Amino acid sequence: MEVPILKQGDYLIASIQAALSDEDLLKLRDELADRVGRFRSRGVIVDVTVVDVMDSFASRTLRTTAHMLRLRGAETVIVGIQPEVAFAMVQLGLTLEGVTTMLDLEEGLTFLDQQKKRRAKRAK
Amino acid sequence: MRTIQPSAESTILLLRELVSHLRENRTQLREEWARRITEAQLLTAMTKEEIFAEATSVYDNYVEVLETGSVEALQAYARNLSERIIPRGVETHEVLGIVLLLRDVLARSLFKKYQADFDLLNRVLDAYEPAANRIANTVGVGFVQERERIIRQQQEAIRELSTPVLQVRERLLILPMIGVIDSQRARQLTEQVLRGIRTNRAKVVVMDITGVPAIDSNVANHLVQTVDASRLMGATVIVTGLSPEIAQTLVTIGVDLSKMNTVGDLQGGIEEAERLLGYKVQAEQISG
Repeated sequence: MEVPILKQGDYLIASIQAALSDEDLLKLRDELADRVGRFRSRGVIVDVTVVDVMDSFASRTLRTTAHMLRLRGAETVIVGIQPEVAFAMVQLGLTLEGVTTMLDLEEGLTFLDQQKKRRAKRAK
Repeated sequence: MRTIQPSAESTILLLRELVSHLRENRTQLREEWARRITEAQLLTAMTKEEIFAEATSVYDNYVEVLETGSVEALQAYARNLSERIIPRGVETHEVLGIVLLLRDVLARSLFKKYQADFDLLNRVLDAYEPAANRIANTVGVGFVQERERIIRQQQEAIRELSTPVLQVRERLLILPMIGVIDSQRARQLTEQVLRGIRTNRAKVVVMDITGVPAIDSNVANHLVQTVDASRLMGATVIVTGLSPEIAQTLVTIGVDLSKMNTVGDLQGGIEEAERLLGYKVQAEQISG
């Protein structure tokens, strides 16, 4: 199942719609890395609200994706991790270290906007 | 020694005779029983009139069980009785005591009645004893079950009361934790925090453990997990009020607290949270 990637101004929004296979995840990673360059995006939001199982492969892939995208110039935010999923993840030791996580899409967008403002201030 | 069990039919006949004997002497036996209860200083939480009223009901139920052989009505009555007397502080030994007293009072009256015919007395007692035991058992079990039900209910209530999740400002939750925390409670706490973060859209959670006397490694790890899981949901956790003992325990058992945001007391925690959220609290100038 392919993940739709929406372009929203400077940001890309990948909204996962259903449980993903390992290949789907890798495809998502490559697709995002490609589009970030093509659209010159400054931020990426991956929405995992509907995901009810996050295994070690999925969380590792999300983490490497975030790091890859940062190297490509875009800040990545994972949003919408559900309480049960979050608890299961920490019990498995999957804490997505070094990755920004936010409550939901709205929060993610606010965070990216703040980052943008901060960058603008620094540039002045 | 008698080893031959009386046949079922003769048991029924004997019980029937017994029942009519108990019915005939209802007033006198009941009074005797109530007197013995007072004498033994049981049910001191109840007045004499109350004891007599309950004694009457128990007596009638008792006779009914002997007559019908069915304990259902007695069970219901025992449950109802327990519900009424447990809040008044009646103890298990008192309930068992009064039932055994009644058993004794009735047995004595049977001795008196049948003492002339030793063989008949033996058969009457053979029929009476199992039934009486069953009654004592039913009442005792009913009482204990009711107590256990109340205890379970209260445990549940304590559990729910003990971990409130409060919103003190927009997007700021505090969790005053009080009392001993075991693994089950720790788990429940985590669930509550995570659910609270989602429903209140919280950004910062202050967990205050001033009221927690001690922590073991399990609970400490759970705390760390809660912090991690909250971060996955986009919220920062600040832990406040670590007592010197708890701080020492955590350091001794080597829990990795580097990821944990700790502040000395609840006030400091809330101030830190306000700073993270961009609030500025300012005292108003009061003129005059």
